[in-house]
Amino acid sequence: MATVAAKTLGFLPRPTSKTGFWSWVTTVDHKRIGIMYLITAFLMFLVGGTEAWAIRIQLIRPDNDFVSAQTFNALFTMHATTMIFMAIMPLLAGFMNFLLPLQIGARDVAFPRLNAFSYWSYLFGAIFLNSSWFWLSEKGVPDTGWFSYANLTSLKFSGGLGPDFWTVGILLLGTGTLVSGFNFIVTILNMRAPGMTLMKMPIFTWTTFITSIMIIFAFPAITVALLMLLFDRQFAANFFNVESGASVVFWQHLFWTFGHPEVYILILPAMGIISEVLPSFSRKTLFGYNVMVISTAAIGFMGFTVWSHHMFAVGMGPIVNTVFGITTMAISIPTGVKIFNWLSTMWGGQVKFTTAMLFAVGFIMLFTIGGLSGFMHALPASDAQQTDTYFIVAHIHYVLIGGSIFAIMSGLYYWFPKMFGRMLDEKLGQWNFWVMFVGFNLFAFPFHFLGLMGMPRRIYTYSSNMGWDFWNLVSTIGVFVLAAGITLFLVNFGKTMSKKMDAPADPWDARSLEWTIPSPPPEHNFDKVPTVAALDDFWYQKYPDEHHKDLVRPATPVDAHGIHMPGASWMPMFLGLFNTVAGVGIMMHSTVVLAIGLVGTFLAIVGWAFEGDGGYHIEVEGGH
Amino acid sequence: MRFRGSPALRRSALGLLASLSVLLTGCATLPQNPLDPKGPVAEAQTGLLMTSLWVATVIGAVVTVLLVIVVLRFRAKPGQTEVPKQIHGSTKLEILWTAIPIAILVAIAIPTVQANFATMGRIENPDMTVKVVGHQWWFEFQYPEKSVTTANELVIPVGKKVAVELVSDDVIHSFWVPQLAGKTDVIPNRLNHMWLQANEEGLYYGQCAEFCGDSHAKMRFRVRVVSDQAYTAWVETRLAQQKGLPAATDADIAAGRALFEGQTKVKNSAGKEIPKVNCASCHAIDGTTAKGKTAPNLSNVGDRNTVAAGILENYGPDGKFDAALQAANLKKWIRNPVSFKPGTVMPSHPESKLSDTELDQIVKYLQSLNK
Repeated sequence: MATVAAKTLGFLPRPTSKTGFWSWVTTVDHKRIGIMYLITAFLMFLVGGTEAWAIRIQLIRPDNDFVSAQTFNALFTMHATTMIFMAIMPLLAGFMNFLLPLQIGARDVAFPRLNAFSYWSYLFGAIFLNSSWFWLSEKGVPDTGWFSYANLTSLKFSGGLGPDFWTVGILLLGTGTLVSGFNFIVTILNMRAPGMTLMKMPIFTWTTFITSIMIIFAFPAITVALLMLLFDRQFAANFFNVESGASVVFWQHLFWTFGHPEVYILILPAMGIISEVLPSFSRKTLFGYNVMVISTAAIGFMGFTVWSHHMFAVGMGPIVNTVFGITTMAISIPTGVKIFNWLSTMWGGQVKFTTAMLFAVGFIMLFTIGGLSGFMHALPASDAQQTDTYFIVAHIHYVLIGGSIFAIMSGLYYWFPKMFGRMLDEKLGQWNFWVMFVGFNLFAFPFHFLGLMGMPRRIYTYSSNMGWDFWNLVSTIGVFVLAAGITLFLVNFGKTMSKKMDAPADPWDARSLEWTIPSPPPEHNFDKVPTVAALDDFWYQKYPDEHHKDLVRPATPVDAHGIHMPGASWMPMFLGLFNTVAGVGIMMHSTVVLAIGLVGTFLAIVGWAFEGDGGYHIEVEGGH
Repeated sequence: MRFRGSPALRRSALGLLASLSVLLTGCATLPQNPLDPKGPVAEAQTGLLMTSLWVATVIGAVVTVLLVIVVLRFRAKPGQTEVPKQIHGSTKLEILWTAIPIAILVAIAIPTVQANFATMGRIENPDMTVKVVGHQWWFEFQYPEKSVTTANELVIPVGKKVAVELVSDDVIHSFWVPQLAGKTDVIPNRLNHMWLQANEEGLYYGQCAEFCGDSHAKMRFRVRVVSDQAYTAWVETRLAQQKGLPAATDADIAAGRALFEGQTKVKNSAGKEIPKVNCASCHAIDGTTAKGKTAPNLSNVGDRNTVAAGILENYGPDGKFDAALQAANLKKWIRNPVSFKPGTVMPSHPESKLSDTELDQIVKYLQSLNK
């Protein structure tokens, strides 16, 4: 293998280091970016988990005073904001980044520098939002809930910096997410290996595709809402000003037009992970692949038709509520199809209970519970008793932990060898699963009871005569067990990373293209661009059956110049950084800081446009 | 149109769940339990909830059983090397498990639509109307037909259809009396409608259910359901008081009233005469000079079961009203409201501002407003 530098066209030199800290800062390699996403997001997951722990300590007994009312409100606001925007979404983005090009046989995403920019927007946005804990200004931490309903967020009712941190922070995080959405769509549509038609794509790639489309339709709604709120607070606009006759319900419509698709953005890629893990450890192809693709697309579409089910108590009247109730009930149909298709995938297979598989089976169980309580909220009259109680808290934790997080854990165990070249310890892994499974149910199942006993959400304390003491105590004990389970993963990670890299290319006898290349993959991914003749092509190369014997394979494209690799760049990091500086300027009403941010942003864009091509070619023995 | 599900089935299901939850909480009572409905609105809502809970439980059980069968039956066996048959799908099966959920959903949609129309929005021909006004962090209750205002304890007659109009004075709140009716949001610039009716007399717990700032957890209230006669008498008393509260014969009560209305003066550091305290600048008491609008109307505060919006209860575990407890609650609340309700605008009254004797006098005055 030889590396040949390409000629530089622009006037700004591009960084060339391939190892060390700065090579990570300037990298545009989707695999490195994916790993950075995963590690950052896992750290944020621990931050959000610590907030959850503090919330549960406060609620361990009635009339507790572990934290003040205001701190409690800040804790639940930041817990949800962190988990949704800074932990689960970027954890899934980490998988998408790492896997998407590998699964479609590409050498990178379509826009490698934009991909890096997505990560840096995320990182600086996350640092910015969490720094609110340390500014120590009165009411400085966002404390109006992750939904931040108007007009509680107005200057009149929230005079501190809290809502400003929240608005600017989510705008920064959302920028990165939107850019990723476009990037993945273009990548999937243009960069698939020869022969990989859309209906031969791995299912995780499909869920990435649908999720990306959802992102580019959902995020503009919240971006608009956030800008309106920003204008209200910074420039005395009147979008949500009650005194000027504004409708505060308008915020709710905008927020949930984003917010409901968002929950599918959090669950569809998780379903994609499960749909990869189950076939591998059942040694069977995914049951009903076509239907799985169609149901994913159906959920993606229907996810935009149900937003008002978050607003059944708003007083929209029986007709509107009934319409949204029915659209919501309808969404359980494609979801149910998925669950039965997963069961059928395992049916007749040879199920091997690796840790990844345990988490996947756990997912089916827990997500079903979360889905069924979701179906219960879809009935507006019944929801009148459930909404804003712990019953809803139970639902979201079953779909987001039992669903998304269990899928992410499954994915981590499954793809860890591909990412880090080492196999996570299976014995510790089994402990990890069982402790998390027991801990999670101990923590979240009591929420069902508490909700049905009339405990509202978001209350920082309760009286002892309400009858809620026992299950709150159980839940708090559960959170410690859950935390122990997550700690076991960290131990496993530490232990595994100290081992030498010895993972084989295809440790699980799996089915998609990422398993055809070494673990970890070389920077150019594929020596030879793979060609695809069928769904699960790799599997049928290993185990040809009568339907997959004489497949006609497209010719491998030949590139006489070797493999072209994109050059590294400082600009994505600078652009993300100065965007954030500009945000700080807006929030602090500081013209100087704002000017630094805007000038820096402008210079980063100029640098982006005029830095040299800087790409290079890799020559591979027998490759191309 | 009313919810028509089988009442007997519904009752037994509810009874089972209620007793189950009592067992689960170690025999504690559940005063705010939506599973123990006491009026037609809550009955329709909870009935639907129970129907859907049973459906969900059955579906959940089917999936669980299938999952357990799969996990037990299709475990990889040692020495297994043959490749399992790669089944790409089954149109028949997939149509089946699309069609069955559709059938279940259609079946459940019928009672859902019925319950929606039976419980939501404006009701035709109500027996009376009350207006709920949300404030951070207390509820104001107006009786527009009678020009009566009270706070934190809604009084309604048993068996009557009560139309409820809701609007907020500041941020969004939500009005929820689990045993009588599910939530309806209380929103500024928007008049919402709901209705409720109580089958039995009693004291029902309610709580704000939409996050509304610092003391959201402390925004509670009660609904006192009384006989028709008692309700009429209560309204008559309110209207009589509006014509003028008679001067007190008790010296302490008179002194308390003077303090409350800001008539007891002291000299400030500049030598100017100012009121010692002036509760009347925020609170109103019918038939007196106290006309404040920004805090709860205290016209019948001595008659209420709680102090400070449902937080401090004036009755013991036996549910019996206790005047000494009420006095103690009022005192600790007036001394330091923020320790009970973070963020409240009610100022604290340390001894330097209000002596024990003066506090006693104010509390006696408030307790005298017990009709």
